[in-house]
Amino acid sequence: MTVDIFLKYLGVFAVGGILCTIAQILLDKTKLTSARILVLYVVSGVVLTAVGIYDYVVKIGSFGATIPLLGFGYSLCKGVFKAVDEFGFRGIFTGGLADVASGIVTAILLALIASLISKPKSKKQ
Amino acid sequence: MSNHLNKLTEKKYSEMTNRYSKKSGLIKDCFFAFVFGGLICIIAQLFHDIIISSTAQKIFGTLTEENAKALTVMFMVFVGVLLTAFNVYDEIGNIAGAGTIVPITGFANSITSPAMEYKSEGFILGVGAQMFQVAGPVIVYGTAASVIAGFIYYLIK
Repeated sequence: MTVDIFLKYLGVFAVGGILCTIAQILLDKTKLTSARILVLYVVSGVVLTAVGIYDYVVKIGSFGATIPLLGFGYSLCKGVFKAVDEFGFRGIFTGGLADVASGIVTAILLALIASLISKPKSKKQ
Repeated sequence: MSNHLNKLTEKKYSEMTNRYSKKSGLIKDCFFAFVFGGLICIIAQLFHDIIISSTAQKIFGTLTEENAKALTVMFMVFVGVLLTAFNVYDEIGNIAGAGTIVPITGFANSITSPAMEYKSEGFILGVGAQMFQVAGPVIVYGTAASVIAGFIYYLIK
């Protein structure tokens, strides 16, 4: 029981860590900016989920696989497949964003509140 | 005007730190990215496991797995925004590098940070438009990819 929990958290840590390390190598060794890497991660997440690979990564890594931006692509793809099963053609257009909406809306709303109430400190000169 | 100057120096500063961190070695960068990225995912897993634990279910009522996952993502976004608003996230990011960029907290940071920074340019073209500097492309290409995937799935299903 405790071993199971330990192994689960080890999987979360390892998968999450590896996904971030790959991005770090891309940052250091290529000229890709962080925005490009994030776009690359989301699109890769969609592709890897569509071909069925990412399900295995999620099985091992759980939140270690879904919290990195690849997981955003995973949700987009899972959402669109589910919606196509449910609504047919219309699902192609409604499924993706529906599944990630809670995250996006939370971020937009909280960012707006943060901009209202806080003053940005200018960083070290 | 002074804001503009600030931005320039900020840019130079981050370029400088980038150059130095590159010198300090890929291995070290990767180590910190691994540890911080892993830890952020552990926090999410922990939050999820706590809210679906039997004790929490007794107090707050039963949660479906889907709701628990959505709540966890929302919680992580909340943490990302909070740390950004108190200027802590960038400090951690100086050490953690991609470890703080790639998780969903980094996505929240990429929305909050420009929203706060561009407040001086007004709420429409400042906050409203600039908060999507990074999130915009992510959403655009993520959505486009999901539509393509969905279309293919619809055809071969």
